Amino acid sequence: MKETKEFVCIACPVGCNLNVEIDGDEITVTGNNCKNGLAYGREEATNPKRIVPSTVVLEGGKLKRLPVKTNDAVPKGMIFDVMKEIDRVRVKAPVKLGDIIINDVCGTGVDVVATKSIDEIDY
Amino acid sequence: MYDSVVLGGGPAGLAAAIEAKRDGVEDILILERDRELGGILNQCIHNGFGLHTFGEQLTGPEYAERYIDQVHELGIPYYLDTMVLDIEDHGDFKRLHAISEENGYQTIDTKTIILTMGCRERTAGAIGIPGFRPSGIFTAGTAQRYINMEGFLTGKNIVILGSGDIGLIMARRMTLEGANVKAVCELMPYSNGLTRNIVQCLDDYDIPLKLSHTITFIKGKDRIESVIIQKVDENLKPIPGTEEEIPCDTLLLSVGLIPENEISRSAGIEIDNRTSGPIVTELRETSMPGVFAAGNVVQVHDLVDFVSQEAELAGKGVAKFIKDEINQDSGIETKVDQNLSYVVPQKVSLDNADDEITFYMRVRNVEENKKINAYLDGNKIATKRARKFLPAEMVNFTIKKSKFVDGAKELEFKLED
Repeated sequence: MKETKEFVCIACPVGCNLNVEIDGDEITVTGNNCKNGLAYGREEATNPKRIVPSTVVLEGGKLKRLPVKTNDAVPKGMIFDVMKEIDRVRVKAPVKLGDIIINDVCGTGVDVVATKSIDEIDY
Repeated sequence: MYDSVVLGGGPAGLAAAIEAKRDGVEDILILERDRELGGILNQCIHNGFGLHTFGEQLTGPEYAERYIDQVHELGIPYYLDTMVLDIEDHGDFKRLHAISEENGYQTIDTKTIILTMGCRERTAGAIGIPGFRPSGIFTAGTAQRYINMEGFLTGKNIVILGSGDIGLIMARRMTLEGANVKAVCELMPYSNGLTRNIVQCLDDYDIPLKLSHTITFIKGKDRIESVIIQKVDENLKPIPGTEEEIPCDTLLLSVGLIPENEISRSAGIEIDNRTSGPIVTELRETSMPGVFAAGNVVQVHDLVDFVSQEAELAGKGVAKFIKDEINQDSGIETKVDQNLSYVVPQKVSLDNADDEITFYMRVRNVEENKKINAYLDGNKIATKRARKFLPAEMVNFTIKKSKFVDGAKELEFKLED
């Protein structure tokens, strides 16, 4: 059975209108202008994923919050589970950009990483 | 005496300082008002930055850190918590008046200046919503700083007025942190944000976007209790009988950005009324020789990548100015027809330009199946095509220098069929 889905591509700011045709295992993406759009269209039609950016509490740092993100996209349905995990974390300064804050968050195989380097507070 | 002082350590200031240093400018100083470098990127913790510059999607702090690292590697000094109050033109040099907690009041002399103060949000006062003036009304950017940097959620039941990108991003951010975003109201029949932000910030979380709607009354004595929203007609006038009351404890405003040019104005630098930014040349030199400008202080950009690109032009410009390589005879003036709201740069000197020149402009309305033509003294020299032109998306129109002829006076951009 053929099924057609329409998306706006979010891979970049251009925002192409994608048309994804699903025919069993065969997925055809049209309307994309690049290979990122092709990948996005396929994934969005079968298993939509998003990167989750947030913050965690930072102790002993020059700032009170450390920005973090999932270092890859996680399934859309798990975003709020990932947020719950992120909200539980407290981190001690200093932190380096890219430091792993949560390993394999919610069993997704994706890590939550720091997106900023923050020094310890100097007294 | 500095070779160049950069006013503002956000994305534009960082990129401009780095480029100037690489081009041989020795003594550069960055002055930053906030407690750290990076500017507004520090509170933009979402991803989507840097696709053009780095070929990957970075968050705001990650994008900033790449530039901050370069500032450190190049040994460019900076003062934090320092606010510039005034620029004095002494011909050969400029004198800056600045204050900071650490150094008190001080003057700084420099041969050149790069203005990279960015922009600021339009506030509730600027749009004059009728009703009461309770607490709980924030600009989207203020609420963003509270939640992402200070760790405070400004409320639980949110209404957002205006569909600019910051408003859309905040709708998602507050939803993720457990708030209930009830609606995003947009006065215009189209959104002012990027399409992908409507998809990933509103549609993903089933947040309604109410186009052609505005807020006509605010209720609440101490804290905001509700807003009355109303549909508007094609003249943007509220339609009687369409009132709807939405209970809320927070109203966020995402109703536009204004380049921050108080210092530029008081220094006597010529401002373009259409952009609210300084009139600049292809190297982003302002009407005051030796003073350059780039980024959101010149024109409000949608993407930080283009801010960085523009800032690199200003950095190059400063290097040329110091080496006395700039032709001050600006030659060509640019203009736009009534369908386009502005064009940057406003002046072009072919002598100073690289092999190609990029012009930035915006359409006033959503335009489909149209193109933008460039006419040099009445002769068409280039065409920009797009499936769709949106007011929310800045148009970049690059023209090869070889298309220009010497002695030309005027370059006009027209939206045509």
